[in-house]
Amino acid sequence: MAQLLQHLINGLAAGTIYALVALGYTMVYGVLKLINFAHGDVMMVGVYMGYATAFALGRQTQKTFLGVVLIFLVAMGGCALLGFLIERFAYRPLREKPRLTALITAIGISFALSYGFQLDIGFLPGAAPRAFPEIIQPTEWLVIGDRDVVVWNWQVMSLLIAVGLMVGLQWLVFKTRFGRAMRAVSYDHRVAALMGIPTDRVIAVTFMIGSGLAAGAGLLYAIKDTSVSPLMGLYVGLKAFVAAVIGGIGHVPGAVVGALLLGLVEEFVVGYAASTWRDAVAFGILILVLLVKPGGLFGRVAAEKV
Amino acid sequence: MSEAVKTLGEREPRPPLLTVEGLKVHYGAIQALKGVVLSVGKGEVVALIGANGAGKTSTLRAVSGMLKPSAGRITLAGQDITGMKAHLLVPRGMAHAPEGRGIFPNLTVQENLDLGAYLRSDTAEIAADQEKSFKLFPVLRERRKQLAGTLSGGEQQMLAIARALLSRPQLLLLDEPSLGLAPQVTETIFRTLREVNAAGMSILLVEQNAHLALSMAHYGYVLETGEVVMAGNGKALLESPEVRKAYLGE
Repeated sequence: MAQLLQHLINGLAAGTIYALVALGYTMVYGVLKLINFAHGDVMMVGVYMGYATAFALGRQTQKTFLGVVLIFLVAMGGCALLGFLIERFAYRPLREKPRLTALITAIGISFALSYGFQLDIGFLPGAAPRAFPEIIQPTEWLVIGDRDVVVWNWQVMSLLIAVGLMVGLQWLVFKTRFGRAMRAVSYDHRVAALMGIPTDRVIAVTFMIGSGLAAGAGLLYAIKDTSVSPLMGLYVGLKAFVAAVIGGIGHVPGAVVGALLLGLVEEFVVGYAASTWRDAVAFGILILVLLVKPGGLFGRVAAEKV
Repeated sequence: MSEAVKTLGEREPRPPLLTVEGLKVHYGAIQALKGVVLSVGKGEVVALIGANGAGKTSTLRAVSGMLKPSAGRITLAGQDITGMKAHLLVPRGMAHAPEGRGIFPNLTVQENLDLGAYLRSDTAEIAADQEKSFKLFPVLRERRKQLAGTLSGGEQQMLAIARALLSRPQLLLLDEPSLGLAPQVTETIFRTLREVNAAGMSILLVEQNAHLALSMAHYGYVLETGEVVMAGNGKALLESPEVRKAYLGE
């Protein structure tokens, strides 16, 4: 029983991180109908930005509250800028081209980032994984029984940050003028422009928000994993993509549910079966969901407009 | 190039609001418009009639900035707006209720209306204008919390027009407002259009239903394969044998 509870907590903590990355996929898909395969790699770049900031702050300052806030701000802001540049120079020129063109470009950017960061010239870090500094000293937040169940402070923190960001996002999309514009652009950006909505700007801001969220998630992941490497984006990005598709891509709460589900399943597979089965089960679930509900758990299968 | 445009009847002189000269539009290698010339005066209702594929929708799209023309010149209230993006034309007084109504089915009726007033910040005035549109189309008030996708075709058309009016345009572009609607619904919509025109709004109306369009319009243009082939006041066009034969099925 205690073991079950422990797995549940670990699974939720992992799931919230996937959820933050999945939200970026789903938002960008929502407004552009583009699977932004570079999303995970943008996250990775954000982690390196956080790593460099922590390094610059030094061993003492990086552990203070202000230091941690600064690390998150630099990483999230830097990634928002990176997302803006990618959208502006890689995707926008292809807006009226067939969707496949943008998709292939996204894969190209993904590889450019994940392999570019393996070079060790200039500021680039090189291929070897590096230890991510312990900017948050792991402490036990809650201990039940004789260490039967342990909840760590970083687990609580990532849960709170993730839930906060998701609630904020839901509010943004459904309660604000900008969110209304986003949903209009998502349905038809040409008609949205007839309302006076500056569609390019809405799409750019959506990219920036998604990329910023990814950086935040990446830092939480790096704190948990205590490492950072150029290929982490491919791995986490792929998992988050699976989560977004399971929930129904384009659907905000669906992405969160899909991610939590994925986090829990992975944790249970590792806990009760073997860790080597983890990815097979994760992708197996994806295949199952797509077979039974091709639009994802919450998605609707929309007839293609012609 | 085009042969001379046949002109019928007098046109009441009005200060120009929209002028279109030599408008050409290409879709890839296909030329949809081959030099359209037309104008809309202040407070005028102008109908654009023609068969499927004659270029009516392309003309509206080029005027409202949905399409970039490959040649020609468009002015609105004396200013050159050729090639300007659609969202920059809305604050200049352009409203376009596009082909297929263009409502957002994933948003509520209220949210659709709010988007019509997207660029306005005069909250009290917006509320008053919205009240007006509910008076014109009471069914929209009943359905304001419903998703727009659940409305009937006629209600969606009413929503599209009400939404377009909420931007307080000088010029309203309408693409086939009668398409697929029951006769009574069409009548409601055209009555409303007469009312807003009487209040001073200029309308450029694209219609398949030539009789309906010409009986309301002050002036009309007949489009054939991307060119204006005939123009004239609404009454004269309705009475012209060519129009009767080609577009009124006589």
